[in-house]
Amino acid sequence: MVLRKIGYLTKEELVNSKSYPSEERFNKGPVAIIECTEEIPCNPCEVACRFNAIKIGKPITNTPILDENLCIGCGLCIAKCPGLAIFVVEKTYSDKEGLISFPHEYLPLPVTGSNVEAVNREGRVICSGKVLKVLNKKSFDRTPVVTIAIPKEKLDEVRGIKRLESKDSKYLYRRE
Amino acid sequence: MTIKKEVVIIGGGPSGLSAAVEAAKKGAEVLVVDENLRAGGQLFKQIHKFFGSSAHRAGIRGIDIASELLEEARECGVEVWLNSVVVGLFKEKKVTIKKTLADNSEKLEIIQAKKIVIATGASENAVSFKGWTLPGVMGAGAAQTMINVNRVLPGKRILMIGSGNVGLIVTYQLLQAGAEVVGVVEAAPQIGGYGVHAAKIRRTGVPIYTSHTILEARGDKGVEEAVICEVNDKWQPIRGTEKILEVDTITIAAGLKPLIELAMMHDCKCSFFPQLGGWVPLHDENMESTNAGIYLVGDVTGVEEANTALEEGRLAGTAIAEVLKYISLEDAMKLKREIWQRLNELRMGPFGEARMLAKNDILAGCKK
Amino acid sequence: MRINNHIILGKDERKETVEIKVDGRTIHAKKGEMIVAALITNGIRINRYTVKKKEPRGIFCGIGQCTDCVMVVNGKPNVRTCVTPVESGMIIDTQYGVGRKE
Repeated sequence: MVLRKIGYLTKEELVNSKSYPSEERFNKGPVAIIECTEEIPCNPCEVACRFNAIKIGKPITNTPILDENLCIGCGLCIAKCPGLAIFVVEKTYSDKEGLISFPHEYLPLPVTGSNVEAVNREGRVICSGKVLKVLNKKSFDRTPVVTIAIPKEKLDEVRGIKRLESKDSKYLYRRE
Repeated sequence: MTIKKEVVIIGGGPSGLSAAVEAAKKGAEVLVVDENLRAGGQLFKQIHKFFGSSAHRAGIRGIDIASELLEEARECGVEVWLNSVVVGLFKEKKVTIKKTLADNSEKLEIIQAKKIVIATGASENAVSFKGWTLPGVMGAGAAQTMINVNRVLPGKRILMIGSGNVGLIVTYQLLQAGAEVVGVVEAAPQIGGYGVHAAKIRRTGVPIYTSHTILEARGDKGVEEAVICEVNDKWQPIRGTEKILEVDTITIAAGLKPLIELAMMHDCKCSFFPQLGGWVPLHDENMESTNAGIYLVGDVTGVEEANTALEEGRLAGTAIAEVLKYISLEDAMKLKREIWQRLNELRMGPFGEARMLAKNDILAGCKK
Repeated sequence: MRINNHIILGKDERKETVEIKVDGRTIHAKKGEMIVAALITNGIRINRYTVKKKEPRGIFCGIGQCTDCVMVVNGKPNVRTCVTPVESGMIIDTQYGVGRKE
């Protein structure tokens, strides 16, 4: 598996995994993408989903399977995954743009409305994006979830933003 | 003057504390001895969410599990001696402790215990290379302690040696703390830890140099740069592939080895299992050693994870409560069966396979 | 550098400071923190020099097991600075071999 050498999943490995939503499903609205393909004992995502859209079962080393018809793309699972491996993608946001929500456990948190540099799985900046939402609810247990709008064609590649520099060590961030 | 205690647990980390809670809940008199100023072992450095089964604390951060465990221990009436070192373990079940009293003076105490649990954990391995003694070269765990417990950055530009879960997780936490990690060096041709851990740090642009090793740390009075190079399939450096990286800190994540000295002092039989970190004392399905009344739990029995440490502690605590007749045979059997199911589940999959096989060998070697 | 704010650890609420002396120099430390943390945050990462070759050493294990971080504290040598908290007025000296530099 290429993941073992380069440290991230290629598009091919992902699309072939049990969890990747179909193009048809993407065109219906936001949906979760679980980028978790190795058998490790772990199941918080299964328990997190209120709509029973994520199945692991027994043994808990089974890789998670997403039922794309039960998933409504609410994103509650994003903060629950200890591996920070779940994303919600909305391809239907507008004609030109799509949305991606991802976990971002770094300070300073981006500010809603600001422009950010969006990175792919290799950490390379491939486009810019606009921050639509930064959620840091108590139930997320300090895993903030950031939503950015980016060019639609980059939605399969972008998985985060370049970490922001802190101006000095006394910055504040807002809980929403 | 010898003090008598029913159960003495050496080490207040996750395995020791959970053994204490399990035994004390059932009515045993339990004393936990820990050399640190605070119990909790390595849990207070683990600021990330744990994997495992949701039914058993998965998704919760190590630091919060530590607080919960300490609270449980307090509620169960577990006695804890902090800042106190077990300096000897003598036959039969005599524990000598250098205890620090309230006024900071020290006193040697001798305890005659009925049951002893050795939960001493493991310590980081060192990898030696030219210049490795320079200030700035430290264990990955040391860097983790500095940032997550002491809230101080050990350096600004860091090179991580080792891509197992510790190397990957500590790299992530160094980034969260505001440091820059210039790369992760891994001698094997593939990454050692979980793909999701690697993916997290690759997303921040940190390169992982597989089939690479560190040749040298250079600097006048501390680390100023590191020389890494590629290795061939015989782990030998390939001339001409040297890269110089400007760093001020080099953190080594090359595995842990169990701290078995006390187990050896009491003549517990040990065996060599490289997949568990080296020499480990043998135990049976009750976590009892080859010495009746001496139990072993957690990383000292083989380097695994906090989850398995917690379960092994519960197992020993239950077995001790059974032997001391605080619970019935039937109740004990049911609890132990459930714990073993969870332990087996935590050792499934490709990452757990080697440990599972090793643990089966240990149980077989300890059949009574 | 101190980590004043952290996404998981939150803000550093420790306000009280104490004064300690390191090789004659006064530095400010947070009350109760480990000696080595106060030193590193003030740019000091050499704790001692070895006996034979007089080579510098700094923290290695960070949890009190390797003794690379030992210094002379209030006149007493071989004090592990990674597990010893600071106290107001503490006098800390770089350890040369097995004692203070004479």
